[in-house]
Amino acid sequence: MNVIAWALAGACVLAGVGVLAAVAAPARVRSGLVGAATVGIGVAGLVAGLAASGGRSWQARLPDLLPLAGVQVVVDPLGGWFVAVTGGVLAVAALYGVGYARDAHATHEHGANDREAHGHGPGGRGVLAALPVFAAALLLVPAAGSVSTLLVLWELMAVTSLVLVLAEHRARPAVAEAGWWYAALTQLGFVAILLGLVFYAAHAGGDSFAELRAADPPAWVAGVVFVFVFVGFGSKAGLVPLHVWLPRAHAEAPSPISAMLSAAMVNLGVYGVIRVGFDLLGGGARWWWLLVLAVGAVSALYGILQAAVAADLKRLLAYSTVENMGLVFLGLGAAGIFRASGAPTLAALALAAALLHVLNHAGFKALLFTAAGSVLRATGSRDLDALGGLRARMPVTTALFAVGALGAAALPLGNGFVSEWLLLQSLVHALPAGGVVTAVAMPLAVAVVALTAGLAVATFVKALGVGFFARPRSDAAAAATESPPLMLAAMGILAVACGGLALAPAALAPVLSRAVGTAVHTPADPVRGGVTLHLAGIASTMSPLLTAVAVVAAVAATAVAVRLIARRVARRRAVALWDCGAGPPTARMQYTATSFAEPLQRVFDDVLAPQIDVDVTPHAESAYLVTNVAYHARVPDRVEHTLYTPVIDVVRRLGRLGPVLANGSVHRYLAYGFFGVTGLLLILAVTR
Amino acid sequence: MTASALIATAVQVVVVAAGGPLLLGVMRQVRARLEGRVGAGVTQPWRDLRKLLRRQPAAPTGTGWAFRMAPLLLMGTSLAVAAVVPLLSTASSLGTAADLFAVVGLLALGTVALVLAALDTGTAFGGMGASREITILALVEPTILVAVFALSARVGSTNLAAIVTATLRDPLRVASPASLLAAAALAIVVVAETGRLPVDNPGTHLELTMIHEAMVLEYAGTDLALVEWATSMRLTVLLGLLASLFAPWGIAGTGLVALPLALLAFVVKVTILGTGLGAAEVFLAKLRLFRVPELLAGSLVLALLAVASSFFLA
Repeated sequence: MNVIAWALAGACVLAGVGVLAAVAAPARVRSGLVGAATVGIGVAGLVAGLAASGGRSWQARLPDLLPLAGVQVVVDPLGGWFVAVTGGVLAVAALYGVGYARDAHATHEHGANDREAHGHGPGGRGVLAALPVFAAALLLVPAAGSVSTLLVLWELMAVTSLVLVLAEHRARPAVAEAGWWYAALTQLGFVAILLGLVFYAAHAGGDSFAELRAADPPAWVAGVVFVFVFVGFGSKAGLVPLHVWLPRAHAEAPSPISAMLSAAMVNLGVYGVIRVGFDLLGGGARWWWLLVLAVGAVSALYGILQAAVAADLKRLLAYSTVENMGLVFLGLGAAGIFRASGAPTLAALALAAALLHVLNHAGFKALLFTAAGSVLRATGSRDLDALGGLRARMPVTTALFAVGALGAAALPLGNGFVSEWLLLQSLVHALPAGGVVTAVAMPLAVAVVALTAGLAVATFVKALGVGFFARPRSDAAAAATESPPLMLAAMGILAVACGGLALAPAALAPVLSRAVGTAVHTPADPVRGGVTLHLAGIASTMSPLLTAVAVVAAVAATAVAVRLIARRVARRRAVALWDCGAGPPTARMQYTATSFAEPLQRVFDDVLAPQIDVDVTPHAESAYLVTNVAYHARVPDRVEHTLYTPVIDVVRRLGRLGPVLANGSVHRYLAYGFFGVTGLLLILAVTR
Repeated sequence: MTASALIATAVQVVVVAAGGPLLLGVMRQVRARLEGRVGAGVTQPWRDLRKLLRRQPAAPTGTGWAFRMAPLLLMGTSLAVAAVVPLLSTASSLGTAADLFAVVGLLALGTVALVLAALDTGTAFGGMGASREITILALVEPTILVAVFALSARVGSTNLAAIVTATLRDPLRVASPASLLAAAALAIVVVAETGRLPVDNPGTHLELTMIHEAMVLEYAGTDLALVEWATSMRLTVLLGLLASLFAPWGIAGTGLVALPLALLAFVVKVTILGTGLGAAEVFLAKLRLFRVPELLAGSLVLALLAVASSFFLA
């Protein structure tokens, strides 16, 4: 047994300990113990993942653990990458969760029910017991080595995450609704994966990934398998049109859970498509990847557009997850197209960009969700239109949120920029490869990535500028206080990780090469370099560290120069805001998140289809005298509206048929039995 | 990183910093003369800056570090871009960082700093300007990157020095349809990015039309001086970048000998472009804010055509 085996076994043991603690421990220490166990699981995952990424591998067969097929575990560099990302996110989010729950305990001394009612972390036994199981399942999915193992772990992850999402269902009815949506779509996805993989395994004549890899299914079988698997994994990654659960579930779950879902669980959708599409099916046809590219592009654009007009902070972050997963799938699609077009170097680069973006997204999204959780804890509100002024009241949280926002906006000095740069490089240099298809698809893909990046800037400027800066727009925001040190420490770890990824991405180059090499079955070395990033086959270079040093030096030089030039100038003079001579502007005169996004909403009116109602109530005596004007603007999820409403209506109508068939009359039921048996006998008589 | 590269970089930064306000002065003077006014003279922006640098900066009620830091960050990114972009010499000491995407990103970072500062003031004007500026920023992005695609596809690199060197080696490239279309697209983008007519009116103080001016309304003294100075530098760098990409003649290579000539060529090119822009502004009215996306969509189509022609006509 090597270090990977020890670490994974340790994670499983810790999960058991966590469940025991959740069930048996007294309420005062329960959430702390479970949180500590989950931190341990995360650290174990990080260790196992790093060891696997470092080139070690481990596999085991445990035939007695699962009836019929047994359990197979294989950890290779590709799986290791995802295990490490998941472990890191789990450890930090669980650490944050300990602070989150403890603080709730300190402020509300009324026990678990009150805690739940105030939306402060999962406090109940069932929810706490689900947390370590969820963490362990999440960690082990990329380590599964056979179809049955993957499916069992996948379902375990789905069910436990559903319990976690529903943690606060007593407090808000929206949680239950989110739970319904999540349960329906996650099961739909599971069925799709099940059908695809079982069909594949039946053709391959074996269950383990090694046997699947060795099988060479006919093109149509491979195509069917891929489409099913893509639908299933795509629903977990929140790709449009299967994304509808994501903005609900991620927004309504307790914030540490939101971070785990949005930064770790969605990644497994990416893992699944890479594992099956590239590793097991060996690349496949070009149309598969054109489909992936198109779906990724649509998801990226649609997600960021919804995020740009969202006024709910956590909903905004959830839609941004849809966007980032869209970008990752866009990269996967590009990689597949390049591979099918005979450009393996570019394919490796695009795949590396996608993998790196998974990591970067995990870093900044976990940071943003935990910071949003701190805001929610301090103000009780996620509505950006009611926030503001937190810069002075929660200075550290604001600075940490700013670090995450810089990464999410994909601006230089942020970590998102590095992976988007890699993605753009692979797209921009695609013209010599692949003829007319790439010549048409790639410029459009670049335009999509660019528009996405631009809108992401607008989205996160809104989140930071409206949510944290300026003056408080409500009493709750004005009374906010800074989070306790444990929560700040957890967020600080994430911010440092984001900074490291932004400044020294080249440190990950060997790990990335190994993961990509495992996926495409050929040694690849897409990214090299130390301070400066060099790419295989492309002359472009970039140096994040040098850029950062240049900007910081220029800012420092400017500050010093201003001091020297303006030496005789007195200190800053406190003045009133410019009010056009009409008295000091009130907090209500500020731009809100909704008004900030209004121009974008107008520009993309046809895509977003906002619903705006203006109700004018005239005076009883005269239609010209107005007593009241009500203005309601809402941007509903259009996909949900047009695609799912008809389906739900049909299902509901079918459900109404049930009472007609079964109206309680015993005679009718006896008749059903009689005709059923007679019919069966008739069929048997005819067919035999 | 050689000494000559370091000197070239330093000269470039100094020229942009000193020349930015002068370029603004030239453009205002051209405009004044065409409108039948005498004009304040080419050095008026410099006199304004000197005056502002002696004045006390303000700390409006309720503003914080976002408001204080923005002018410094705007100036810092402008200086960094001026050092990175090959305006006078292709041998910048920051050459490996001279990636077109990085330059675009750095410029956006400066804009974002200013937008956040505007939101930090918590006034209606600040929010209005911020909201409009960010909308334009988001819509400009696709055109820039697709135009970069068109320019870099034939070179095989998005490094600015590589693109400029390739054009110098094969001057006929400039006349190719791809290059011309990309030039047109980028010209529209530069106008939008620098807030000139018809996208934004730099001379206005009418709230309905303000974009940039609404954002900087609360700044005074040295802060305002930095913002104005950095804005003029961004204009210079972007016009210089346009010149370097589509008319790179005169740019010095690795040596220092050609530097004076390169300086002369740079001044001439940027002055011509600035004069053209100033003259064009006399004949243009500002577009309605919600007509600007149509203009930018047009520029995106041009950029996509540029990529298509670089593939199908190659």
